[in-house]
Amino acid sequence: MASDSDSDEDFVTYGTPLEPLEEDEPLKKPIPLHEQTVKDEKGRYKRFHGAFTGGFSAGYFNTVGSKEGWTPSTFVSSRQQKAEKHNARPEDFMDEEDFSEHGIAPREITTSQEFSSGHRDETREKARAVNAQAALIPGDTLLEELIAPAQSSIGVELLRKMGWREGQGVGPRVKRKPRRQHTKLYGCAMPPAGSEESEDDEEEFAPENVTFAPKDVTPVDFTPRLGLQGLGYSGLDPGLALLGQGASEHINLFNPQSETRGQLFGDKQKHTRRGGVAGQAFGVGALEDDDEDIYHRDSMSRYDTVLGGEEPGDGLYGWTAPQQYTKRKDKNKDALYLGKILEGFTLAQKPAEEKTIFPPPILPRDYRPVHHFRPVIQVSRLSGVSPALAEALKSSRGHMTKDEPQQEGRHQLDSGQRRTLLGEETLQGPTSVMELLRPEDRERLQNIRNSSNLPPTKTTTSQTSHEALRPAGMSAGPSALSGVMSSSVQQQQQQQQQQQQEALTMWRGVQTSSQTFKPFEKNPSKQARYELYLNRLKQGDKDALEQSLDLGMTEWERSREREEFVRASILYRPSSSSLSSRFTRAKHQEDEDTVEVNRDQEGDVDDKQAAVKMKMFGKLTRETFEWHPDKLLCKRFNMVGLDINVMIFLTSF
Amino acid sequence: MAFPQPRPQAPQLPQHLLRTIDCQQGAVRAVRFNVDGNYLLSCGSDKSLKLWTVSRGTLLKTYSGHGYEVLDADGSYDNSQLCSCSSDKTVILWDVATGQVTRKLRGHAGKVNCVQFNEEATVILSGSIDGTVRCWDTRSRRFEPIQVLDEARDSISSLKVAQHELLTGSVDGRVRRYDLRMGQLHVDFIDSPITCVCFSQDGQCTLSSSLDSAVRLLDKSTGEMLGEYKGHKMKGYKLDCCLSSKDTHVLSCSEDGHVYCWDLVEGSLSLKLPVGKAVVQSLSFHPSETRLLTAMEGRVQVWGSEPEETMDDPTQT
Repeated sequence: MASDSDSDEDFVTYGTPLEPLEEDEPLKKPIPLHEQTVKDEKGRYKRFHGAFTGGFSAGYFNTVGSKEGWTPSTFVSSRQQKAEKHNARPEDFMDEEDFSEHGIAPREITTSQEFSSGHRDETREKARAVNAQAALIPGDTLLEELIAPAQSSIGVELLRKMGWREGQGVGPRVKRKPRRQHTKLYGCAMPPAGSEESEDDEEEFAPENVTFAPKDVTPVDFTPRLGLQGLGYSGLDPGLALLGQGASEHINLFNPQSETRGQLFGDKQKHTRRGGVAGQAFGVGALEDDDEDIYHRDSMSRYDTVLGGEEPGDGLYGWTAPQQYTKRKDKNKDALYLGKILEGFTLAQKPAEEKTIFPPPILPRDYRPVHHFRPVIQVSRLSGVSPALAEALKSSRGHMTKDEPQQEGRHQLDSGQRRTLLGEETLQGPTSVMELLRPEDRERLQNIRNSSNLPPTKTTTSQTSHEALRPAGMSAGPSALSGVMSSSVQQQQQQQQQQQQEALTMWRGVQTSSQTFKPFEKNPSKQARYELYLNRLKQGDKDALEQSLDLGMTEWERSREREEFVRASILYRPSSSSLSSRFTRAKHQEDEDTVEVNRDQEGDVDDKQAAVKMKMFGKLTRETFEWHPDKLLCKRFNMVGLDINVMIFLTSF
Repeated sequence: MAFPQPRPQAPQLPQHLLRTIDCQQGAVRAVRFNVDGNYLLSCGSDKSLKLWTVSRGTLLKTYSGHGYEVLDADGSYDNSQLCSCSSDKTVILWDVATGQVTRKLRGHAGKVNCVQFNEEATVILSGSIDGTVRCWDTRSRRFEPIQVLDEARDSISSLKVAQHELLTGSVDGRVRRYDLRMGQLHVDFIDSPITCVCFSQDGQCTLSSSLDSAVRLLDKSTGEMLGEYKGHKMKGYKLDCCLSSKDTHVLSCSEDGHVYCWDLVEGSLSLKLPVGKAVVQSLSFHPSETRLLTAMEGRVQVWGSEPEETMDDPTQT
């Protein structure tokens, strides 16, 4: 090698040459990965500081990674210098990823102030700055920034300076013929015919050497479809709607020179009318025999604009007719389909299944869609009510149909039927309330019944219900209720009068005992008024109701009370003689709100407390209950003498 | 031929303070004699249970394992096991010699106020603030109690077990006596929250103290009041009461720092022990001798009938 360079040759060698390969030496195996290490001259592993493993040390080899090394940045040896105050910005801790587009502090390239606005007014800027000082927040131009005028970017300005206008495309100018005006077409539009046909008439229109700006690019709409329409729906095409052609060109309303604008406003008329066929298209000629009127102006409406024969079917569907209307089923359906088939779809082979519609239920002939609630009467509370009446009240539905006694189960039996079922002997004494009444009362009731049959009001239904239910007087109960349910006030008033009559007759001469049910127990003043009313009734006072009402109440309250009293007097009429002796008042007033469950049924605590106060311990304070120890407990307490079986039985509860 | 019975002595009162033991357990919640009266158990608020000798007052062993204050303890008849209950809702059965927890019985819903072995130490009965008394089986390894007595409507403050009877006092003002043999429960209405109940030695009466500052002696069978003892102050705290070993006197703690001792029959105040200034929380009478343990704050006092020098022979005329 050295000898080579010394010889007078023109070769200059650089670097160390490779070692000459000796043929007979065996080929060395390539060095395995774990031996591909670099060692320095002393045999220590060379450090690459993350160069091949993805880390970075930025020059601070083997150090903590800062200019100051291991010493904290804020610490400086005091006498010479003070520590610089390093206010760390968050950007100090971010890396490239954070600054990138998807990071947390992306750095965008934005146009600077100089290049952003088109026309900058120096004086206006200064005035703005001065104003800003005096504004609410000095130095801050919030309001101005809110209402900043639209500024076009520098690129637009440059284009403008080079001759571009809004609406034009960008690029070299092209030589093109201006398009001919299209007639308005409905339905399938023929493709715009090649300009070769219209070349001749357009030639004199346009001079030869004129170039035009290229067409502007229609911005592609990337907005996602959020609507609920089906696939392929694109909505109303404004171009089609307004111009009769597709939206091939952006309609620019602001450029007066735009062709499309001209089409939009006003100029349409002369273009469309040109489409009318003048004369006759066929059959007019010198050689024709038929000389039709050549001046006849045909209108296009007489001609089909659509290829193909008449639509089969009733023409309702137009060209989007469903499959069954086309007779040609053998041919390719897709081609025959006159509507637009979406890309990727094809017509179905089988028609869709039809839904089975079930007919509504057949109503019975006499069905009236009115619901009547069954009057629910607290039968248990009534005194002097015979069991038959109670049953009838329970099962009555408030209207006139007479129920046949059906064997609907044991709840529908009346007391007599139940008695026979149970095998009891019949009760001694009168079976019907009517027998308990005095004969005059009975007659009076009959008279009322007959008299109340006369006025043909809505209460006819209630009259017949009178007959359906045997006992007198009480039958007015459900009728009263159904009468109240009717909405007409007039009928209500009539009803009320009738009821008052009834009440009057019922209560006349009847003695009330202390055991009589008090309907308004909870309201003592009301109860007092009610009793006053009853007393007056007993005396046969016709105006008992009016006199008994409290004048201090409002009119509405009084009318309510009036109704309530009348109803109560009819419902809760006490019976005379022995029937009342069969019933007795409850000892405790049931308060349905709370139910007291007394565990162990311990006796009254108050008594016990009194006993304790008097120091009378013993019987008064002691109570004994049964208690059963567990079997195992007994065993543990060595009570083996007990009958274990008994204990098991007792503790099994 | 029978030897003549020794002349009955006049009943003696534990009026002399023999020693004071500083338990170092925080506050002593309960102090109990063991079955023979030679050892005492102190239940501390620092979650520990300590076993001391009475004669010398030396600490023998400390039992730790509870999670909260220890409220009551009892020793078995053979001194091999202890049971204790705590505010941590558990009852622990300890082995005395090793100090290990044999069983930890969980089940109560609130702090357990009182615990006792039955006579043969086969059942532990515990009463809790949740109003139930649970009977735990020490023989088996079941975790559930044998029986739960939940007739009480409020916290069970105290319970005592006799041969076949269980006496419980509850904050709902009732003393309940469960007779296992008869299968009956007798409820005596006291009207005031009951703090402590105990049986008499002869088994005829029950003693109950309540928060109206009264201690009442009731006949067991009829429930009649045989005696009422007043004068002490028991208005807010659960304090103990007991009968002397021969049923001659009724003793009760008081909130004014004294222990009151009444003659059972007459009802007059025989002795008022000045324990200290604070509330005397607990007391326990020796099963056979005239010796009393009282607990006040962090210390336990041992009282005897004779002063300290002649303490070893209390049976003197």
